[in-house]
Amino acid sequence: MHIVVCVKQVPDTKIIKINPKTNTLDRRSAPAILNPYDAHAVQEAVKIKRKTGGTITVLSMGPPQATAVIKKSIEIGADRGVLLTDRAFAGADTLATSYALSKALERINMDLPIDLVICGKHAIDGDTGQVGPGIARRMDIPPITSVIEVTEVNQEEKTVLIKRKLTSGYELIQSEMPCLLTVEKEINDIEYSPMPNMIKAARYEPIIWSVNDLENVDRTQLGLKGSPTIVGKMFTPPRPEGGKKLEGSVSEQVSQLMEILMEKKDLFTLTSSR
Amino acid sequence: MPEKFDVIVVGAGPAGTACALTCARNGLNVLLIERGEYPGAKNVMGGVLYRQQLEDLIPEFWKEAPLERPVIEQRFWMMDKESVISFGYKGLEWAVEPYNNFTVLRAKFDQWFAQKAVEAGALLINETVVTECLVENGKVVGVRTDRPDGEVFADVVVLADGVNSLLSKQLGFHKEFRPDEVALTVMEVINLPKDKINDRFNLEDNQGCTIEIFGDSTKGNLGTAFLYTNKESLNIGVGTTLSSMIKAKLKPYELLDYLKNHPMVKPLVAGGESAEYLAHLIPEGGLRSVPKVAGNGVVVVGDAAQLVNAIHREGSNMAMHSGLLAAEAVIEAKKRGDFSETSLNSYREALYNSFIIKDLEKYKDAAHTFEKYPQYFKEYLPMMNRAASKFFTVDGTPKRDKQKEIIKSVTAERGTLRVIQDLYRAWKAVK
Repeated sequence: MHIVVCVKQVPDTKIIKINPKTNTLDRRSAPAILNPYDAHAVQEAVKIKRKTGGTITVLSMGPPQATAVIKKSIEIGADRGVLLTDRAFAGADTLATSYALSKALERINMDLPIDLVICGKHAIDGDTGQVGPGIARRMDIPPITSVIEVTEVNQEEKTVLIKRKLTSGYELIQSEMPCLLTVEKEINDIEYSPMPNMIKAARYEPIIWSVNDLENVDRTQLGLKGSPTIVGKMFTPPRPEGGKKLEGSVSEQVSQLMEILMEKKDLFTLTSSR
Repeated sequence: MPEKFDVIVVGAGPAGTACALTCARNGLNVLLIERGEYPGAKNVMGGVLYRQQLEDLIPEFWKEAPLERPVIEQRFWMMDKESVISFGYKGLEWAVEPYNNFTVLRAKFDQWFAQKAVEAGALLINETVVTECLVENGKVVGVRTDRPDGEVFADVVVLADGVNSLLSKQLGFHKEFRPDEVALTVMEVINLPKDKINDRFNLEDNQGCTIEIFGDSTKGNLGTAFLYTNKESLNIGVGTTLSSMIKAKLKPYELLDYLKNHPMVKPLVAGGESAEYLAHLIPEGGLRSVPKVAGNGVVVVGDAAQLVNAIHREGSNMAMHSGLLAAEAVIEAKKRGDFSETSLNSYREALYNSFIIKDLEKYKDAAHTFEKYPQYFKEYLPMMNRAASKFFTVDGTPKRDKQKEIIKSVTAERGTLRVIQDLYRAWKAVK
């Protein structure tokens, strides 16, 4: 069983500040962390490996300091990690990123055939959720999104049984392997890493690949050149204005509430398009 | 099978990192364990870093370390409610290499320093708490961490776990510290534009100023306040012994608010934006609080060994130097293949022959004297302020008469004999 987990280094958006003039993220203001959804993806790989055995490889793309997220993944329990880092990859949007990662996956697959690719639901800095499915499309394997449970892995039949989150309820689907999963946070709890993993991670030197380490690469599809996305406008949404607190006895509060609702009833009335 | 290292260092502050760095450079297999998210995440000091002891470890460190400003002026304030007597020294020889000391922000500095140890080959593990030392046949053989499969072994464990060293307490090296052996310091980092700092403190870029404030800054209790300039922020803080705080029923954050709103201080910090709030215990018991520092398979360094000179606000430099001395002892012990207390006692000897213990020896009575006789902070400082006011106010009284009046008022308040006693006692405490 060979599981590859794609991970990304992101600024911690819980802390990050936004430059009010340019509306861009001030990356210096927040520490770089392993994208939280990706941490759950690595953790899920570790849980699967406990049952099936095998190898967990993590793959990331980013500047040289992104080796930190590979080390973090080793702490969680990955066996090895590859970082794609090269000026040629810089400025990539989701299309170019999924292209570069799929080329790296091709090479990884040649060394050791891949059974499962796991990604986080999305990165907390971009929130697009496009890279995972993009990779699946390029590799021509099934993408399975919104995964909340890996119910069964059948190595003989080469199938997986997956629970997906839907708007209401969930669905169970079976898929052939290899396939690609993108996971939700509720799929697992991140475990407190054991000491031997910590020592291994502190010692670990990630494998570094540049564009020259990949084969059959169309360079026009990489980096800024290969990124058709254009950011039209960025803005910080205005803070919602504070609500109003109703006071008095219950019946007074109810009548006040009714008054307000009646005043704003247009907001709640659905107008037919006909 | 748990791993065995040559050395495990508990705590990646200045002492632990200095020790790990030196051991790693000498080819030892070092594991450095830090409980914070990263080194410096949990560490607090006023913010003055002295040059010499770090330069011993990293020559010309100021060319690459994340420092704030070289200190070119040191001011001392004896403050009363609405007045202050100020003296100090400013010298441009401190504005050029190799400098004298620097202001630093520990969260940045400690990360950089620990990275030096990692580059030298030490393994750094963050977010891991060492819960106890593993002891076999009376010898420390490793540590237990709070992680699964958390045991790790080593020939020597270096305890650099800070002021409230639970690990050395567990080994029986010291008892629970008394409230008069530790100071509680609270501080804030206040963001302020560079130009404002330069104007308010009369500085150029890359020049820093420190102000130590005695007297009303602690409402007359034993302790000091400080105000240091960073590049684009100020460190302001105040600390008193825990015992004074308990006795006077002071709340630390109220004391800091009082300081920030003091008429002598307020204009310097006005308009700043509070960026961080920090609080920490500082070991200020001096020589008498220094615990046993070497045992079988274990040494104690830095704050954990209570190595702070409160009078001269020195601590991080002593921490680094103690880490270095401990490392040298460990390296020698490794050559001998003997990690017994007798062997590691070479660290104790080196420590006691160094400036660290000699300085603590010099001031061993200071804190006790000032704690026991509160008149120095409570009475003499206001008295001096009143005297200065009288002396410098031009009102037609001849200066000689003013002098007589001042001396008379002082002796009248305290009594001639007691004034002489007080002076003698203070001199004895710091001589």
